[in-house]
Amino acid sequence: MEIFKSEKTYNFMGKRIPFLGLSLFLVLASIGLIFTKGLNLGVDFSGGTIVQVQYENAAPISKIRDELSKTTKYSKVNVTKFGSDQEVILKIPTSTNSISVDIGDEIRGILKPTGNFEIRRVDMVGPKVGGELKEKGLMALSLALLVILVYVSFRFEWRFAIASILALIHDITIALGVIALFQVDVNLDILAAILTILGYSLNDTIIVFDRIREGVQTSKENDLDLVVNESVSKTLSRTTLTSLTTFFVVFTLFIFGGEIIHGFSFTLLIGVIVGTYSSIFVAATILVQLKFSISNYRQNEAEKLKQKQEKDRMRAMYEQGTV
Amino acid sequence: MRIFNYRLVIFTLSLLFGVIFSIPSFMQTDSGKKISLGLDLQGGLHMLLGVQTEEAVVSKIKSTAAAVKYHCDDESILIEDLIIERDSFSFILLDEDEVTNLDEMLSTVRGLDILKTEELVYTIKLGQPEIELTKDMAVSQAVETIRNRLDQFGLAEPTVIRQGKEDIVVQLPGIKTAQEEQRARELIAKPANLEMMTIDEKMADQVYTLSPEKIKELGDVVLPHQSDSEKKYLLKAIPVLTGSQIIDARVAFDQGNQPIINFKLNAIGAKIFGDFTGKNVGARLAVVLDGKVYSAPVIRERIGGGSGQISGGFTIDEAGNVAIALRSGALPAPVDMLEKRSVGPSLGADSIKSSMIALISGFILVFIFMIIYYGYAGIIANIALMANIFIIIAVMAMFGATLTLPGMAGIVLTVGMAVDANVIISERIRELLKQGVSISRSIEDGYKNAMRAILDANITTLLVAVILYAYGTGPIKGFAITISIGILASMLTAILGTHGVYEALLPKIQKSKNLRKWFGIK
Repeated sequence: MEIFKSEKTYNFMGKRIPFLGLSLFLVLASIGLIFTKGLNLGVDFSGGTIVQVQYENAAPISKIRDELSKTTKYSKVNVTKFGSDQEVILKIPTSTNSISVDIGDEIRGILKPTGNFEIRRVDMVGPKVGGELKEKGLMALSLALLVILVYVSFRFEWRFAIASILALIHDITIALGVIALFQVDVNLDILAAILTILGYSLNDTIIVFDRIREGVQTSKENDLDLVVNESVSKTLSRTTLTSLTTFFVVFTLFIFGGEIIHGFSFTLLIGVIVGTYSSIFVAATILVQLKFSISNYRQNEAEKLKQKQEKDRMRAMYEQGTV
Repeated sequence: MRIFNYRLVIFTLSLLFGVIFSIPSFMQTDSGKKISLGLDLQGGLHMLLGVQTEEAVVSKIKSTAAAVKYHCDDESILIEDLIIERDSFSFILLDEDEVTNLDEMLSTVRGLDILKTEELVYTIKLGQPEIELTKDMAVSQAVETIRNRLDQFGLAEPTVIRQGKEDIVVQLPGIKTAQEEQRARELIAKPANLEMMTIDEKMADQVYTLSPEKIKELGDVVLPHQSDSEKKYLLKAIPVLTGSQIIDARVAFDQGNQPIINFKLNAIGAKIFGDFTGKNVGARLAVVLDGKVYSAPVIRERIGGGSGQISGGFTIDEAGNVAIALRSGALPAPVDMLEKRSVGPSLGADSIKSSMIALISGFILVFIFMIIYYGYAGIIANIALMANIFIIIAVMAMFGATLTLPGMAGIVLTVGMAVDANVIISERIRELLKQGVSISRSIEDGYKNAMRAILDANITTLLVAVILYAYGTGPIKGFAITISIGILASMLTAILGTHGVYEALLPKIQKSKNLRKWFGIK
């Protein structure tokens, strides 16, 4: 079976302005969403407590709110349904630093009149840890981008590196925009999903770039647009295929994976779609926009080859004892 | 002819390794190394505790002051106005002839900053290195103490490890009920500072009227009774004895069948206790636990043998906790809860079930799709994929790694990448075949052409994983580990392994010449 005819070359670069426009629009819209609606930081990063309660029968949400509003400490607690009708999540903005006094135990006492239930999960993150997690997460993300920049510059060329980083930022921004739009709770699992997207999208981009590099090195063509078109077209069926298989796995994770990893699989789903789009339509386009020059690249490569040959020649002479 | 090529041999060996070492994890056998499930999957309690190391310094000051006082009493050196602050203590030496004796004694105590005036007013602090050392010791001692307590509590596989400068990670996978969790938390939180203190009998009747300044000036403290906080005692700030001299503590019952705790002191403690009670017959001795007075009986005679008891309205569970805590030593400083995650066993089981269903159905979809799209080449890729999963599980089991939800996500990503490697290779082979290149050349060159892209993609991802491991916390680390193992395994299976299979099958492919069946193209 084949999806795309590998002999056919699609004219991607000819339509690059509309695609760049679309990307720019999506990125700007996402930034707008992030700043207006804001990211809904979960307890992992903002500190606080989450209590997940499962009732034997349907959870009596209004009764739960009533009982909580009678207390002074927990009157501002946010109660929402979680997955099934039996389960609710209580979001409490505070945390306690005492080991023996526990928010879970207190909630158990307060909710006693609301029916038979089981507390299935209590996540409490103190303010210090929340701040630390945020700091470390951002640090990891920026360092990862930096290392990619260095490695891709070293293996390809600096414009490739810039283009791949911009494509990654494009993907992450749009994913965050969607997260802000749907007000997904941003916890450590979402950070993990963002990092997965980073890895996935980078992988895709590098495969395309590798083809472009190969095209630049082997074909006689001097027009970058044509080389890029040909390379992207040739990797098109691979990109689509891999995206489809990954999409299958992530999609089943989203459908069957349960409420706890819903946010995670949702973010991945967005990431796979955006990542695929960007490696076909964005990364190479940016490369062209950055005015990557084929002739300069070839010249540099030839220079490098000459130096290497010279070195080899010297070594051979040295080994023969003629120097 | 090429059935036994080196690639196939390596692939078969690693597949065997993967299958054999992942059996214990899949079957959850009792013997053999297996992957342990993270707390998010099996349920349990995870806590991040912070040690208030400042308090360890305060108590070090206190114990140093007690040592000086004991020495002076023992050698009959007269000192006066012993006042203990948070970061220093001071006193006046009355006997000028004893300066050398006292200085000699102080010089044996490590790390003190001593300030001495003309009037022989001593002000003693801890030096900066000593403060650092005390803090460091406090954390490692707290780890030790908490570990001891949890071991004696009898839970399965408690983990207590230090994290960073002053934090401690405690993981209790065995917790099943809320009651059990509460008891474990109380056990950890119990400072278990036992002190034997004397009552300031001269001023005792003024305990409710003395000003805080006056109390400090007297070198006293006021502590409440354990059950009746209105009832106060005026005590000498420096204890006669502390819990550090306890070697054993057990729950027993008194005549009224109330739980009490019998404790036993070591030789030094027994001597101090004996000497003190001998000298102070008729005075009251207060038993103080964690800043509360449990009892203050009158000393009737010298108490030798070094045993004593704590009584006062314990429940059996409480008495049990206090006894364990006394046996395993006091916490050198109070401990705070910084982060707590508790997952009920039923939720963990649900998470495993649903994520397993999702992963397996996802894989099956991928498998079917690969076969439809690539024909036999798809089957070969699927074999590599299976091998990859086995190897990830086996390596994780060998390192005793923990599988968490983010770890599962890592496996999804690697499986995606491993499929990808085979997709890239298959596409390259198809390309060459369509150009009319011979089958054996197409396979060889297909691998060669695909190699650079796969390597570059894998190395960048591996670099990202290393950074995540270095900077990530808990779950992110697990994610990074699975990705790294997965990428390395996929190089083995997807690149080397499938190549070996093609080599072995080459004669067959060449004979059949059916490219549709083998590679899914016309």
